[in-house]
Amino acid sequence: MIGSMKQQIVISGVGGQGVLFVTRLLAEAAIMRGFSVFTSETHGMAQRGGTVLSHLKVGNFSSPLIRPANADGLLALKAGGLSQHGFYLKPDAWAAVNRREAVVQDSESPVFAVDADGLAQRIHQPKSVNLILLGFTVGVVSKALENRLFCSFEDLKAVLEKQLAGKKKMLGDAITALETGFNEFERLNLG
Amino acid sequence: MIKRKLMLGNEAIALGLMENGCTMATSYPGTPASEILASFAALQKEESMPRHVQWAVNEKVAFEIAYAGSMSGLRTAVSMKQVGLNVASDSLMSAAYLGVTGGFVVISADDPGPHSSQTEQDSRLMAMMAKIPVLDPDSPMQAREMVATAFELSETFEIPVMLRPTTRVCHARQDIQPGNIQWHPREIDFQKDPARWAATPKFRFHLHQALEKKLDAIASYPKTAPVRLNVGADASKAVIVSGVAAGHAKEIMKDLNLWDRIPMYQVLQPFPLHGDFVSHMIDTYDEILVVEETTGIIEMQLADRHRIKGKLTRSVPRVGELLPETVEKIISEFAGVDPVEIDGASDPGVRPTLCAGCPHRAAFFAIKKAAPKGIYPSDIGCYTLGLNLGAVDTVLCMGAAVSQAAGFYHAFKNEKKPPDIVATIGDSTFFHAGVPALIDAVVQKVSFVLVILDNRTTAMTGNQPTPAVGMGAVGESLNSVEIEALVEGCGVKFCRVEDPYNLNEFISLLKDAVKYSREHGPAVVISRHPCLIDRLRKEKPAHQPVKVEVSDECDGCGFCVDHFECPALVLNEAADQVDIDPILCNGCGVCICVCPKNSIKEKGKDHSENTK
Repeated sequence: MIGSMKQQIVISGVGGQGVLFVTRLLAEAAIMRGFSVFTSETHGMAQRGGTVLSHLKVGNFSSPLIRPANADGLLALKAGGLSQHGFYLKPDAWAAVNRREAVVQDSESPVFAVDADGLAQRIHQPKSVNLILLGFTVGVVSKALENRLFCSFEDLKAVLEKQLAGKKKMLGDAITALETGFNEFERLNLG
Repeated sequence: MIKRKLMLGNEAIALGLMENGCTMATSYPGTPASEILASFAALQKEESMPRHVQWAVNEKVAFEIAYAGSMSGLRTAVSMKQVGLNVASDSLMSAAYLGVTGGFVVISADDPGPHSSQTEQDSRLMAMMAKIPVLDPDSPMQAREMVATAFELSETFEIPVMLRPTTRVCHARQDIQPGNIQWHPREIDFQKDPARWAATPKFRFHLHQALEKKLDAIASYPKTAPVRLNVGADASKAVIVSGVAAGHAKEIMKDLNLWDRIPMYQVLQPFPLHGDFVSHMIDTYDEILVVEETTGIIEMQLADRHRIKGKLTRSVPRVGELLPETVEKIISEFAGVDPVEIDGASDPGVRPTLCAGCPHRAAFFAIKKAAPKGIYPSDIGCYTLGLNLGAVDTVLCMGAAVSQAAGFYHAFKNEKKPPDIVATIGDSTFFHAGVPALIDAVVQKVSFVLVILDNRTTAMTGNQPTPAVGMGAVGESLNSVEIEALVEGCGVKFCRVEDPYNLNEFISLLKDAVKYSREHGPAVVISRHPCLIDRLRKEKPAHQPVKVEVSDECDGCGFCVDHFECPALVLNEAADQVDIDPILCNGCGVCICVCPKNSIKEKGKDHSENTK
C-alpha cells in the first residue's frame, strides 16, 4: 500500500487565506500515514493578496511540481481557482471549491462546492475558510468518492492537535472549522 | 528511529549547516532565501551553543563578517538571494583569490520564473566569474547533503564554495530525517599573513595562478562528480540534468518510458565541470541534451558544440522557469516521442496588493495629493505595490529610489518648470543601500522629497528586524540606530516624522516638504506606522480600530477603489455603491478622509465631525 501510493493535489487561493497552512496539514497527515511527501509553495510578494498555489505530492516523487493533467484533486479557496487551475486536473479528478452557487457538472470529473465564506461567518471565524474547505474536501472525497483521499478526517484532526498543542483556544476553533466543513457534506445531500 | 519531519528546503539547508559545525551564519533577507537564517536561528535557540547568527545591514556586510570568521578557522556561511549576491560580489571576487581557512559556504538562492525577484540571473555564472565551485541541489534533501560536501570541498581546497538552490528547492517541503546536531568546538586562530590577506596586485597574480590550480583539481574531485542515474540505458543520445530540472526529468523519463532507453546524467557541480565527464560525454554520444536553470552553464563547458542541444541551440528556453511540462516537451522532442500538448495557465490570476489597512497605502495616497504631477521613484519591498495606486514610477534595485531621484533632478533641473520628485524607500532598504545615495543628494543639493516608509520591520520577506529595532536574529537584545539621527547625520536639514494614518496632517506635511525641497534641496519625511502583520512586534498598537460604514450618499463613483485601492473597499456595481468587506477591513479609518464626497463615515458618529 505505502509503496504504491501516489496522489497529487493542487491547492489554490490568494495570499492571506491560509493555503500554506492547509498544504502543511495535508503533508503532515501524509507523513503520519507513513508516506513520503513533496510540496511546493508560493512565498514572497504573491502572499500579499495575490494568487497563491501549492502543489502536494504524496508517495515517491522526485519533482516538487505537478504537471498539467496530472493532479488527482484540487482545493480552490476562491471560486475562480477552478477555472484558473483546473488545467492541472486529470480527466476524472475531483475538485472542491469555495463558492456560493452549486457547480454544474459538465464533465466526468466530480466538482463539489461549499460556501465556506458564509460558513466562516456563521461560526464567527472569518479567517477559517481554509479549514472549512479542507474539512469539506475530506468529507466529500471520503464519502462520495469511496476514500479517494490518502488521509482521513481523524488524521487531520490528529495533525491539528499536534500542531496546535498548548494553544487550547486556537485548537478548539480549528477543530470546529474543520468539523463544520466536514459535516456540510451531509447537509448538501450529494451522492 | 526518530520520526521524519516535514521540512522546508531552507530549513533543510539550515539543518545541514548546523550538522556540519557552522558556527557563524549571516544573511540579509530576500525571497527565496530568507528562511535559511531564520531556521538556523530557530535551531540555535534550541541549542544555545556559542554561535554567531545575525541579520546584517546588507549582503556585502553579511558576506564579509562570515568570511572573517572563516579566516579565523571557523566554519561559516552567508545566505542571500541572487540579487543580493550582486551587492556582495565585490567581496566574493576578491575572497576567491585569497581563499579560506575554515569552510566557507556562500548560499545564493536563484529565482527562475521569476516569482519574487527583479531578474532571473544565474548565480552559477557569478561562481564562474569569481572562479569558485558551485553545487546545484535538486531537492531539500539533496541541499542538506550538499552543505556537508560544500564544507569539505571548501576546506580541502581552501576556497569559498557556493551552494545554489532555486525557489523550488528553497520553498519545497519534504519529509526529512532530523539529524543529530553535535557541537564541534574548533580552535580559533587567525594566522597573520599579509601577502595573502592583504595581498597587493603583485601577490594577487600569484593568488590567481594558485586559484586556477585549485579549479583544475576541483574539476576531478570525486565526491562532486556527475552521477549516472540509469545505468542500464544505452543509446547514442544522452540527457544531462542539474538542479530542480533533474527532479522533473527523473519523473518524466519514467513516465515516457525512456528511463531504460536514454542514458541520463545528473551534474552536482556545474562549475567547474569535471574534465573526465566532458571527455566521456563527447567520446560516447552523438547528441546530448542539457537541461538546467537558468543559463547554459554546463552546456557552455561542453566543448564539442555540434553535438550539444540546449539553451545555445534554443532547444531549451532561455527565459523563465523550466516547469515540468516544459521539460517533458523538450525531452519528448529530443527522444523522438510525440509530445503531449496541454493547455496550461491562461488566467493570470489575482494581482498582489498592499494589505487592507497597510500604512504604506495612506502614504502613497498622500504623495499623490501633495505632488500630483510628480515623478515617483521607488524601491524594493512591499511598497513596490504602490504601483497599484499609481504612486510608484520606477523600481530598479535596492536603494535606487534615492539615486534615481537625484538623476531625475539633474536631468530636469535646467527645464523651466522641473517636476516635483517624491521618492519612497522602506526602512530596511534605506539602511541597506539608501544612506550613501542620500549623502550624495545632500552634497549635490538635489531638490526632492524622500519618504521613508518606516514600518519598523523588513515586511516583505517575513518581518526580520531592521537596525532600528534593537533585536537580533535569535531574539536577543541589541543596540538600535534611529532613522532620524541617521538622516540628520547625512546632512539633511528637513526631517519630520508623521503617522500616515493621520492622513490630512500627513498630506500637509508632505506639501511643506515639497515646497522646502524646491528651494533648499533634500527633505525627508519619515512615514511611521508599524506593519500590521509583524509577528515580532511586542508593544500594543496605539491605534484604536475605527468602525467605518458607507452612507446612502455614496453614488458609486469608484474614486476610493481606483485611487486608494484598499481590498476592503469593494465596488458593488449593482447597487451603485461601495461596500466595506468586514473580514478584510482592519479599521484604519483612513478611507474616511479619502472619499471626496464624505460618504465613508465612522459608525455611529455625527456626520459633521468628519467633514474637513
